[in-house]
Amino acid sequence: MSISTNFLMIIIALLMGTMARVSMMRVDYRQYPTYPQAYLSHFTLGIIAAALGAVAIPAIASKEYVAVTFLALAAQHFRDVRNLERQSLDNIEITELVPRGTAYIEDIAKAFEARNYIAILTALATSTGIYLGDYFHLSIILQGFIGVIVGYSTLFLLIRMLRGKAIEDIAEVKEATIAFDGPLLTLAGVPVINIGLKASREIYLNNGKAVEIIPKDSYGRAILANLGQRQALQHNAATQLGIRRDIDEPDFSPIARINPETGSIVMALIPIDSDIEDFITVVRRTPILESSKKKPIK
Amino acid sequence: MDIGINNFIIAVVTLNNEAHVRSGGSPIIYAKDEDERERVALLIAKTTRGMVHDIGLGTYIIVRH
Repeated sequence: MSISTNFLMIIIALLMGTMARVSMMRVDYRQYPTYPQAYLSHFTLGIIAAALGAVAIPAIASKEYVAVTFLALAAQHFRDVRNLERQSLDNIEITELVPRGTAYIEDIAKAFEARNYIAILTALATSTGIYLGDYFHLSIILQGFIGVIVGYSTLFLLIRMLRGKAIEDIAEVKEATIAFDGPLLTLAGVPVINIGLKASREIYLNNGKAVEIIPKDSYGRAILANLGQRQALQHNAATQLGIRRDIDEPDFSPIARINPETGSIVMALIPIDSDIEDFITVVRRTPILESSKKKPIK
Repeated sequence: MDIGINNFIIAVVTLNNEAHVRSGGSPIIYAKDEDERERVALLIAKTTRGMVHDIGLGTYIIVRH
């Protein structure tokens, strides 16, 4: 293998891997707080990940087998990315009006780690493609072309594999009625919480919006019963609709409660100026957390 | 680190001056009418970031969750 093929292999694989990481920054608008500094650091980490994947094949091809240990080093390094992301989200958790919850944070942190591996694997697949092209003595343009195709299909498959489901895949969401049974806030017939102050009850009756999330099967029921999943629902709804409350008004924090008879979830919220359609849309699009997935017998 | 009290009855505000509501772990405030009960309960809740619950018997409890 010539020097120029090596060079081509590394450059194209590096570009493909970096492109893979960048494309995933665009996709996750919900999970990624697009502050420019974190964007830059993840972009840089993406380049490093791609570089590690890109040099593996040329190293092995030139009989530098020790180079593979660098991949082990990379795995260690990107596990730290997960820790880093978890810590930073944990640190800002107390500043959220409605916390994300540990399960959601863990899910986001895992996603960040996985995305770096996608960058590595895409770069690795690209350079493998180019190596094969070189092995069969194809022209240099064809080699690059094969590399890009192999890399892109790997990226496509990995993203498809990792694409999580959303609440709309496992449950139906519809509007629920808000009523008071004495002091008890009752949503679709399920007593949720005791609201003492009359003024708070008025606000709920006038401005409150409520949804009922009805699982399609026992699989959906198990997911919705998970407390981390419910916290994620509350956080998503509150951050995307805006919530009419301050830290000293616990009356208005959104609470998702289960209906023990049917397994459906009811949740009320006082949005700033959104209508019920927005609320339903946000709930439907909330991702299902990996940790909330269970496999009931039937 | 932020250390505080959770799930604790901070105060009791009541209209019920009789046998139902007697001294316990938390201070009891006797209000003379419903308006006063609402206002006192709100003030305590705002000060302590607690939440007001109506437990019947003319009585509100303020709980920090």
